[in-house]
Amino acid sequence: MLRFLVRRVLGASVILLLISAVTFFLFFAAPGDPALLACGKNCTPDALTIIRENLGLDKSIPHQYWLFLSGIFTGRDFAIGHCDAPCLGVSFNDRTMVWDTIIDRLPVTVSLTVGGLIIFLTLGIGAGLLAAAKKGTMVDKAASSTSLVLSSLQIYFIGPVVLGAVVYSTGWLDAPQYNEFFDGPMAWAAGLLIPWVVMSLIFTAQYTRMTRAMMIEQLQEDHVRTARAKGMGSKYVFFRYAWRGAMVPIVTILGMDLGGMLGGAVVTEMTFGLAGIGRLAVDSVVNVDLPLTMGVMLVGATFILLFNILVDAAYAFIDPRVRLS
Amino acid sequence: MTSPSQADLIAGNGTTDGESDPPKKGKSTSSDDLVGRSPGQLMWTRFKRDRTGVIAGCVVIFFFVIAALAPVIAKLYGKNPYTLYSQEDYSLLDEYGYPTGNAGGISADFWFGIEPNMGRDIFTQLLYGMRTSLYTALVVAVLAALTGVIIGVTAGYMGGKVDYWLSRFTDFVMAFPSQLFLISMTPVITAIFVDPQKETPVHIRFFAIVGILWVLGWMGMARLVRSQTLSLREREYVDAARVSGASSARILRKELLPNLQSTILIQASYMLPSAILTIAFASFVGVGFQEPTPDWGRMFATAGRIYEDNPMYMLFPGVAMVIFILAFNLFGDSVRDAIDPKAGR
Repeated sequence: MLRFLVRRVLGASVILLLISAVTFFLFFAAPGDPALLACGKNCTPDALTIIRENLGLDKSIPHQYWLFLSGIFTGRDFAIGHCDAPCLGVSFNDRTMVWDTIIDRLPVTVSLTVGGLIIFLTLGIGAGLLAAAKKGTMVDKAASSTSLVLSSLQIYFIGPVVLGAVVYSTGWLDAPQYNEFFDGPMAWAAGLLIPWVVMSLIFTAQYTRMTRAMMIEQLQEDHVRTARAKGMGSKYVFFRYAWRGAMVPIVTILGMDLGGMLGGAVVTEMTFGLAGIGRLAVDSVVNVDLPLTMGVMLVGATFILLFNILVDAAYAFIDPRVRLS
Repeated sequence: MTSPSQADLIAGNGTTDGESDPPKKGKSTSSDDLVGRSPGQLMWTRFKRDRTGVIAGCVVIFFFVIAALAPVIAKLYGKNPYTLYSQEDYSLLDEYGYPTGNAGGISADFWFGIEPNMGRDIFTQLLYGMRTSLYTALVVAVLAALTGVIIGVTAGYMGGKVDYWLSRFTDFVMAFPSQLFLISMTPVITAIFVDPQKETPVHIRFFAIVGILWVLGWMGMARLVRSQTLSLREREYVDAARVSGASSARILRKELLPNLQSTILIQASYMLPSAILTIAFASFVGVGFQEPTPDWGRMFATAGRIYEDNPMYMLFPGVAMVIFILAFNLFGDSVRDAIDPKAGR
C-alpha cells in the first residue's frame, strides 16, 4: 500500500510539473506583454518597468518558470510583500496572493461538491439498484425513463428555470448564496439547497442509469448464477456478489466526475452566482490575470490527480483480486 | 486471412433471415439464393426493428438538416439573425428593452419571439446558433476520433516502447483539468494569431476552439482502441495473416480495423454529444463564439442573465437542447444495442 502510494504520488508530481510547464510557457510565450496587461490603461513607461521588475517579467521565460516553481516550495519576495511557502505568485489585477484567493474561494466549491455528492450518490445508486432488482416492472420503467429525460438536462437550462419557479415568481426560497459552514450549518445548507438539488437532478439521473446497467450486467454473470444455484439468498447475492462487481466501474466514473467537479464547478457557480473556484477561473481569464489562471489550473489538476490515486486505491478494497503493486 | 465474421459467412454460417433463423451449417453450397450478410447489414436489420431508436435517429438527423439548411429556411422565413428588428420597428420592445408582445413577442412575424435588448429574431438566432454548434462539434468529434484511433492502433499494434510512451502521453493529457484548460487557453491561442487589441475574425476563433477541443478530446478513444488492439493482435487469424506474409499495413486495414469498427462507432457515439455540450459550455462561459456570430450556447448565457425579467427567451433554445440531447442518447443506446445485442441494458 505504502509503496503504491509513494509511486503514484511521484508519478502525479511529474505530471503536475509537466502541466505547469506547458501552461506556463503557453501563457507567457504568447504574444502580448503580460506587464502591459498588468499595468492596465493609463500606463506610463516608468510604471511598466517597475511592474516588470516586481513581477520578475524582465527575466527570461525559463528563469521565470524556475522562480515560479521554487516559489511553491520556498516562498517568494515581491515588492508588495512576502509570499508564503505555497506561493503561486501575485495577481496582476488586484495585487493579492494567488494562493490566498484560491483558499478563500475553495470552501464554496467544496461545499457545492460535497453536498451534491451526498444527494446524488444516495438517490442515484438507490434508484439504480431498485430498478435493477425490479427489472422490467413499472418501477424499473419509471426510474429508467425519468432518468433518461433528466440526464438530458443541462444545468444552465434547468438552473434558471428552477430559480424562476421557487425564487423569482413565488419567493418560497431565497436566492442561493454561500454562508460559512461554521457560522451555522443550517444557513449554509439553506443557501446551497437549490444548487445542490439542480446539480443532483442531472447527476442522479446519470448514476441511476449507470448503476442499473452495471447491476443488470453483473446479475447475468456466471458467479452470480452459481451463487444462486448453491442456494444463497437472493438479497445476499444481490448485494454481496452483484453490487460488489458493479461498484468497480461506478467508482471509476465517480473519481473522474469528482475531480472534474472540484476542478471546475464552473457552470453551477455561474448559473447560481456563487463565487467558487470555477467562477474564479472564468473571472481570471476575462481579466487576463495570468498568475491567477495558472494557480487555478494547477489546483484543479492536483484534485484530478488526487482523485485518480484515491480511486485506484479504492479498487483494492472493493475488489480483492486487485493488488496494489 | 479474413476476420472471423467474414470467415463465418464464407463457411456458410450466414443465413437469409438474419437472426430469426437458426444457422444452417454447411448448406451454402446447395443453393444460390443464400446470401451472406455483412455485420453492417445485420446491424442495420437489428436497428430498424427498434422503433424508439429509429424515431430518435430521425430527430437527430432533422436537427442536422435544419442546421444545414439554415440559410434556406431563413430566406423563406424572411429574416436573418443579425438584423436588430427593434431598430426598424420601435413598438417591438418596451422602454426596458423587453418584448412588448405576448410570451416574449411571439407573433406571426417572429415565430419564437424577439431577443430582449437587441431586438433580434430568436427563430433565426436559434437556427444559425445550432448550425454553428452542431457543425463545429462534428468537426471536433471527427478529428478527435481519428486521432484517437490512430494513436490507439499504433500503441496497441506496435507495443513495447512506442506503446509505453504513447500511453504515458495519453495519461498526461488526460490529467489536464479540461474545463479549466478550455476556458483559459482559448484566449491565449487566439492571441497567438491575432493581436488581442484587435477584433478576432470568426474563422480564427473557430480554429482555436476546434484545436483545443481536439487536443482535449481524443484520449478516451485512444485508450479503448489500444486495449482492443492489444487483444486482437494476439488472435490466430492475425498470426495466420502474418505467417502468410501480409504486410503490417494490410493486417491493420484488413484484419484489425474491421474488428475495431464497433468499438470505434460506440465510442464516437458518445463523443459527438459531449462535443456539442462542451462547445455550448465554452460559449456559456464566454470563451466560445462571440457576438455577432449566432451561437446556441451563448443564448443560454443571455437567457440566464435576464431570466428573472424575461423567462421566455430560455424556452426555445433550452427545449431544443433537451430534445436534441435526449434524442441523441436514445439513438446512441439503440445503435449500441444494434452493434452489440449481447450488452443487455
